[in-house]
Amino acid sequence: MSFRQFQERTVKYVLVGAALTSIIVVALIFLFLFREALPFASDPGLKELASTRWMPKSFQEAGYGLVPLITGSALVTLLATLLAIPFGVFGAVYIAEVAGPREREILKPFIELVAAIPSVVLGFFGIMVLAPIVKSVFGLQNGLTAITGAVLLALMAVPTIISISEDAIRSVPKAYKEASLALGANRVQTIFKVVVPAAMSGIIASIMLGMGRVVGETMAVIMVTGNAAKVTLSPFSSVRTMTATIANEMGEVPFGTTHYQALFWIGIALLIATFCINLVALRVLKSYRRA
Amino acid sequence: MGSLSERAAFLGLRIITYFVVLVVGYILFDIIKNGIGVLSWSFLTTYPNPDGTGGIFPAIVGTFYLVLGTILVALPLGMASAVYLTEYAKQGFLNNQIRLAIVTLAGVPSIVFGLFGLGLFVLFLNFGTSILAGSLTLACMILPTIIVSSEEALRAVPQTLREASLALGATKWETIRKSVLPYAIPGMMTGSILGVGRAAGETAPILLTVAAFFLPQLPGSVFDQVMALPYHLYVLAMQFPNAETVRPTQYGTALVLLLLVLGLNIGAIVLRAHFRKRNRW
Repeated sequence: MSFRQFQERTVKYVLVGAALTSIIVVALIFLFLFREALPFASDPGLKELASTRWMPKSFQEAGYGLVPLITGSALVTLLATLLAIPFGVFGAVYIAEVAGPREREILKPFIELVAAIPSVVLGFFGIMVLAPIVKSVFGLQNGLTAITGAVLLALMAVPTIISISEDAIRSVPKAYKEASLALGANRVQTIFKVVVPAAMSGIIASIMLGMGRVVGETMAVIMVTGNAAKVTLSPFSSVRTMTATIANEMGEVPFGTTHYQALFWIGIALLIATFCINLVALRVLKSYRRA
Repeated sequence: MGSLSERAAFLGLRIITYFVVLVVGYILFDIIKNGIGVLSWSFLTTYPNPDGTGGIFPAIVGTFYLVLGTILVALPLGMASAVYLTEYAKQGFLNNQIRLAIVTLAGVPSIVFGLFGLGLFVLFLNFGTSILAGSLTLACMILPTIIVSSEEALRAVPQTLREASLALGATKWETIRKSVLPYAIPGMMTGSILGVGRAAGETAPILLTVAAFFLPQLPGSVFDQVMALPYHLYVLAMQFPNAETVRPTQYGTALVLLLLVLGLNIGAIVLRAHFRKRNRW
């Protein structure tokens, strides 16, 4: 074998090896989350996770129920998504269909830049400015509530929704629009009855990807939601999300304890939730790109 | 121009869009307005005090080390993956699995990366809470960003360049090294800056793998803990929510972090535009 052949082959193996890291890392993530979490399954048993009490530090009877944390995450995520949808979708429609070319050139990068703001900075802004506003607008005792977190998270989801929805709207074939306009529909009718429905699967995918981002967000929620672990559906009460619980408690818990293992179960639940949301979103996006 | 109702509808859309712009503008304005007065040479180069006042020098150094470590690990791996995926991979099982892994990785919440880093690097490999553990964790997190943007840069190189090189008798690797990479590397680099910006601003993964709040000394080795800007801001905000004396440090830290991350991002956008113009085929 000549040196050249040898070199070609070596390079190829090195590159394959590098490409395999992604698979290896994903496998390691699952492996190590389960490795740390598993002892919990025999004592106190997985049934404990279904309880409604998250009281890992209680001396009389510690509770490791994920229910209040899951409802906390679900409440904040749903509120944030509901808030983000109108701004994301209408913003995308405006940028894709109404804004002039120069306006679009400025708006789109600006909104995408929002996604780059570190979440801890947004959380800090939430404590300093948003929480007092929420407190006075709704006449609450404390501004650190589910709705405060939801507003911040909505802001983080909007760039994702706008960016992907705008692409979807812009890739609707021109012929659809022209046909609608030729039939006498005006621009508003064309946009909302022809273009947006045609781009609907892309828009839905963008909302789901935004949601995936919101579920997994940690810093912004930990700083502004007040962190009370209770089952509630009120947007004005303090809640504790799954992400916030891990970040808050991992620092002070001794390694290998039941509490420590329970925190890894939260991580597994989060991983599975975001994985499913993202997978469905990408399926939707893919099927629509093919169509 | 269209009818009244049409104009009203467009105005409504415009108001909604600009409301978002306004909110973001206000956030930036608030941080800049309250932080700009704090920025000074001594704020950037002195050590913090335990009561939350003082400078942020160790946090800046810590973030620098973490980002450097992350780049050293993630950049070569990500770029090599991208070269494999664009130049070598054939449609098939392995290719699909790699793509699925990249997409999965991109969706993993940052706190889960923290748990993973804690389980694997800190405890199992026994690196302890250290620069090494944190950098490796962050590298895993930004790997997908680097791969995807590098692939984009590689695909933008016209196929004819590869064909010309192969026709002249160059091997595949010679072609990649001499005819593809020189044109793709600027694009790969700028795309990677976006990932680096994310690594610099993330808090959750380093919370569990590196960060120390008050550490009035610089790290001596990669096995030491460090302070980091995002974590410093987090602790300042949570431990001293109402202390007026800490307010300037909080806003100053927020501004430095914001400038660092947005600066990297804007730099990447400008560079990308520059290279696109230069490499117009």
